[in-house]
Amino acid sequence: MENYLSLFETYNVPAAFWVNIQLSFWAAIWALAIGTVLALFRISPIPSLQLFGAAYVNIFRNTPLTIILAFGFLGLFSVMQISLASDLNISLFRIAIVGLSLYHAAFVCEAIRSGVNTVPLGQAEAARAIGLSFLPAARLIILPQAFRGAIAPLGNVLIALIKNSTVAAAGSVATESSGLMKTMIEFRSDLVIPIFLTFALGFVILVIPIGLLTTWASRKLAVAR
Amino acid sequence: MSAQQVLFDAPGPRGRRNILIGNIVGALIVLGILAWVISALAGKGQLTAGMWTPFLESRTWQFFILPGLLNTLKAAGISIVTSVLFGLVFGIGRLSHSAPIRWIAGIVVEFLRAVPVLLMMIFFWLALGSSGSVNPEDAPLIAVVLALTLYNGSVIAELVRSGVHGLPKGQREAGMAIGLTRNQSLRNIEVPQALIAMLPALISQFVVILKDSALGFIITYPELLQFTRRLGVGEGNVIPSLFVAAAIFILINFALSTLATRLSVLLSFRTKGRKPAAKGSIALDASTPAPT
Amino acid sequence: MRTTRYAAAAVAALAALTLSACGGGDSAESEGGDAGGETVRIGIKFDQPGLGYDEGGSYSGFDVDVAKYVAGELGYTEKQIKFVEAPSANRENLLSNNQVDMIFATYSITDTRKETVDFAGPYFVAGQDLLVPTDSDITGPEDLEGKNLCSVTGSTSAQKIKDQYPGVQLVEQPGYAECVTAMGGGQIDAVTTDDIILAGLAAQEANAGKFKVVGNTFSEENYGVGLPKGSDKCEDINAAITKMIDDGAWEEAITKNTEGADYTYNAELNPPTPAPCA
Repeated sequence: MENYLSLFETYNVPAAFWVNIQLSFWAAIWALAIGTVLALFRISPIPSLQLFGAAYVNIFRNTPLTIILAFGFLGLFSVMQISLASDLNISLFRIAIVGLSLYHAAFVCEAIRSGVNTVPLGQAEAARAIGLSFLPAARLIILPQAFRGAIAPLGNVLIALIKNSTVAAAGSVATESSGLMKTMIEFRSDLVIPIFLTFALGFVILVIPIGLLTTWASRKLAVAR
Repeated sequence: MSAQQVLFDAPGPRGRRNILIGNIVGALIVLGILAWVISALAGKGQLTAGMWTPFLESRTWQFFILPGLLNTLKAAGISIVTSVLFGLVFGIGRLSHSAPIRWIAGIVVEFLRAVPVLLMMIFFWLALGSSGSVNPEDAPLIAVVLALTLYNGSVIAELVRSGVHGLPKGQREAGMAIGLTRNQSLRNIEVPQALIAMLPALISQFVVILKDSALGFIITYPELLQFTRRLGVGEGNVIPSLFVAAAIFILINFALSTLATRLSVLLSFRTKGRKPAAKGSIALDASTPAPT
Repeated sequence: MRTTRYAAAAVAALAALTLSACGGGDSAESEGGDAGGETVRIGIKFDQPGLGYDEGGSYSGFDVDVAKYVAGELGYTEKQIKFVEAPSANRENLLSNNQVDMIFATYSITDTRKETVDFAGPYFVAGQDLLVPTDSDITGPEDLEGKNLCSVTGSTSAQKIKDQYPGVQLVEQPGYAECVTAMGGGQIDAVTTDDIILAGLAAQEANAGKFKVVGNTFSEENYGVGLPKGSDKCEDINAAITKMIDDGAWEEAITKNTEGADYTYNAELNPPTPAPCA
């Protein structure tokens, strides 16, 4: 027990989780923004945008996140020489956020589209009847209802994002929790189970409230029909 | 999808013109982004023939890509079978008549769904490696399969549960009426029907398994990404190698996703008599991957 | 009801098919590999060009050349050698679980490792060094202040530099190849690890002429031959290494594997004299 506690003096576990939370927070915002635009593309009347939305979703949804993050480091950072900050590690942190956002945007798009599917036809027809064209109809009638219908799937995407932020270690953010867990186990292999349970519990504490919250919110905000 | 056609009127002359303009502008923007990426890659010498010719040699495929793909499929294939078994056991456990079993299955499933797969993989890999109970050579594969099974098995358990919940109540009542016990009716009547209803969602989960098997790269499992990386190291074409690995994953997963969509259409007649399923249920999931 | 059962069975059959199709092919392969009489299993790196690299069916590198020479001296033909991948993290386990007979995989002799495994050699003395672009003016770790340094995840050598020169920006990547790719793009100023590993990377065809090894080593790594605890082969391996050095094959192997890298090994420490066996 004493050994176990002393580990926390050597290694800053909360700081590692904080890195995951920061990664998830920024990636969630960007993924929501990109995903909403993609969903708009997919339901828009313009074929080239529909095609782009569908292609984007099919490519990013079917590629392993590991490969996308490797592309982030090797493609964006190394070859195209895109720096997102003057400080190297901040730059890599932001590139990991880009990778996470691009990947999860595909899932956000699908979640919103499934939300659009919950909006009854009559709503769209009514919007047309009062003379709204595509964008105003989408902005005022469809999307607000779609978001409320999409809360549960969006919550699932957020949970997946938080868990997937551990893969950022492969995209060279070495300070996050899966990297720290590996270091700690390699240092104290006799405490492998307590160390794993600590990190697992950390994620349970992060993830389960979000699950409960989105379930509650999706019921609370569900459009009464 | 049905919403899509009603979101906008059948366009008139002006609408058609606006759509045409939007179409052209949209296409130009998309092509512009593509052109920028291509020129940036070309500017750094990533698109020269020498970078790509290795993929025309049989040696590359024989010694790098195919062995890697085989290992990926092996890890994913084993994990798919074990996940389905795990999912069935714990899914039925969550529906069990006995409260303790229901609770234990519930806690296990919720816990495993909350822990990142990568953490489990690293844990099993290091724990197995230091315990000495398995060959160090096999430890990565076992760790990949264990982690994928525990996570995806839990997701499948939830699919089984929501699938059974989505069935009409009459099914169970009919089972009871002919004298089956609660568990017999679950095993013989409800779960088989739920399995068919959840088939599309199940296949979508197989895509997740295949994708996540690429995490094995981090714990030295020689799967496709590992082999293409090694190829990239030798030939000095890391980025083209990544492109090829990504393309292979996309092709396989796209085929699986398409299969899932087809199945969901094919099986939709079976779900017709059902009352609307719970939130985030299969009916919803199955309809989402439909291409426009 | 019948169709329901049938479809459920089909799901199971499909799943089983997937398993057997993949599993079956693999087991046949591994059985075939062991069928060739007495073999010697040698652990090497598979992804370290210039030291141990899987070319696709054949292996190349300095470690591989030394391994082949030593195995030859021990009476094995090249056909009897079975190369096994020995990633850094698994080396002790591979030996203590008797998965390999010896390891030639940039394996530094240290006191901690000696507690669990035996070593023959050393057959090479490497040192931590820097790989930089050809036109770089970095000559040692003291020039790294404010520069970007790349190494592999969990590498202690890189962390040492970082501790000593806090101004260094350290990036950790899964492998050195990623570091070298990033340095080729100009985003990284230096890559650090043992000099011969760096030379092997620089000597690759794709990197020819782009990078140089600084040649200012600041540590001493004695590459030994890892053996299971209590092995009786140590003396014979040492004799083989000595013979390889004496007849020029050692020098030839180094030259061949670092060609084009503008690299010379530390001549004060090399070639080494194998340490007496425990």
